[in-house]
Amino acid sequence: MAKVLMKGNEAIAEAAIRSGCRHYFGYPITPQTEIAEYMAKRMPKIGGLCLQAESEIAAINMVLGASSAGVRVMTSSSSPGISLKSEGISYMVGSDLPCLILNVQRGGPGLGGIQPAQSDYYQATKANGHGDLHLIVLAPNSIQEAADCTSLAFDLGDKYRVPVMILADGALGQMMEPVEFSGNEKTELPEKPWATTGTGMKRKKNIINSLYMQPDELESSINERFKRYDVIEKNEVRYESYLAEDADIILVCYGITSRICKTAVGMARKEGIKAGIIRPITLWPYPKEALAKAAETASEFLVVELNKGQMTSDVKLAIECSRPVSFYGRTGGVMPTPEEILEQIRMIGGRIK
Amino acid sequence: MSKTVFDRPHSLSPVPFHYCPGCTHGIVHRLVAEVIDELGIEGRTVGIAPVGCSVFAYNYFECDMIEAPHGRAPAVATGVKRSRPENVVFTYQGDGDLAAIGTAETVHSATRGENITIIFINNAIYGMTGGQMAPTTILGQVTTTTPYGRQAAVQGCPVHVCEMLSTLDGTAYAERVSVDTPKNIIAAKKAIKKAFTNQIEKKGFSIVEVLSTCPTNWGLSPADALEWLRKNMMPVYPLGVYKDVDNVHKEEN
Repeated sequence: MAKVLMKGNEAIAEAAIRSGCRHYFGYPITPQTEIAEYMAKRMPKIGGLCLQAESEIAAINMVLGASSAGVRVMTSSSSPGISLKSEGISYMVGSDLPCLILNVQRGGPGLGGIQPAQSDYYQATKANGHGDLHLIVLAPNSIQEAADCTSLAFDLGDKYRVPVMILADGALGQMMEPVEFSGNEKTELPEKPWATTGTGMKRKKNIINSLYMQPDELESSINERFKRYDVIEKNEVRYESYLAEDADIILVCYGITSRICKTAVGMARKEGIKAGIIRPITLWPYPKEALAKAAETASEFLVVELNKGQMTSDVKLAIECSRPVSFYGRTGGVMPTPEEILEQIRMIGGRIK
Repeated sequence: MSKTVFDRPHSLSPVPFHYCPGCTHGIVHRLVAEVIDELGIEGRTVGIAPVGCSVFAYNYFECDMIEAPHGRAPAVATGVKRSRPENVVFTYQGDGDLAAIGTAETVHSATRGENITIIFINNAIYGMTGGQMAPTTILGQVTTTTPYGRQAAVQGCPVHVCEMLSTLDGTAYAERVSVDTPKNIIAAKKAIKKAFTNQIEKKGFSIVEVLSTCPTNWGLSPADALEWLRKNMMPVYPLGVYKDVDNVHKEEN
């Protein structure tokens, strides 16, 4: 199939449909409303459903119900809406229900703004809801990668029975780029013998539940889930390494910010400063080993994000504070220029000479 | 030769209930199970349990069951029903779940005319957490959070769910029943059966509100609780059919 020019939000919606998703539940919020609008146009024509819920809370619980019924299902929102969904997300984790949750981030806290931000990093990677839990979190940096991550998200969710989040931002959602859908229309989806589809009087009842009144039973269920998390951490880490092998300065960045960093690194290289990038594609599981390995040869790390430095602690932990880690970021919807980032690289370059 | 004249419905699980002595949940569970058996729909029924005293309902029915977050059962039911319309989907919810924290989900599943069945237990109190005020607590009623009695000026007035939902175009059927006497229990079963049959016939949103007792948190004996229900709840919550229309989605058919 040839490349088509699409908005990020629409590309994700189309990729979801091609991944076998026929059920979308959402609530309008800028800057991701195009997804609901795209789904509303497309779904009725292919026997699918796009339902506008009365709230984000209702939408995520409709997702919970649809996932219980064994279908591929997604919802999307932006930062304030994701906060509302956190109750349902926690219940879905506790009930081992897969789904795709897309967060096209905007500025916060509160109503914040409607311009791109990455200030939900903590929420996405550490606090998606109450309880001991993780989501797989994917952070694409192009429209193509956003489409590819959408397919991947459904597959990973079904494989490990976990909700998967795509953590995008307002820039990725709104900008247009060429995208090619690999053409692999999913026709055969994995069997879900655990789903509540009716017993047909042929099997014992299935129960979808996150409640355990006996502490030891709850602990066992959590331990079983964390064994799956161990497998995910072992097998599903994804990252991109760019000019990192010989780099003295490693920039750690994800999503739209990594595109600006790439330009800045190119400018630095021209000045003879050896800078490179390690870009986590999975924010959970986090590419700890790649960073630890880079710390063996690099002198310093620079984290760049559209927030006040939320990922810095993860980098410090991954490299066990063996190298200095500094941070540069803009927030509230302001994007840094390549020159601003280059200035940071120069400052680090100056002190490591 | 012996003949079985009374038995446990097949769709009611052979396990003891956790409910307090004199609580009417057991009666309503049995009525729901009898209806599921009589309609022959156990194999395609999916039940949604709430948060509240009936949170363990997933242990008591033999059909597939989902335990929903507090108040969200109608949204969860929407997700199930819209994914697999061939399933018969019911929620079983208490007054706090349905008429306080889940008000939006209740109202909007009704406005959409979701083709689901809701069994709504109104006992005018929060049972599971130990007797706090419910949205349906009547004026003057003493609960642990209205120790001087519910006052309109302070805690507001009780909500009339069937009356409210019957104003919505998507509601096909709303009836309030009681399980305080054998006669009323027979009427309650008839209503529950109609609410399930409506769904099979694709009529739209159907709700049966069941006036129930909570002897433990009312601080009454089971027999006195039934009397209290008749004397205090029935005047505020009159029994009857509040809405019964043929099909809420007529324009599409």
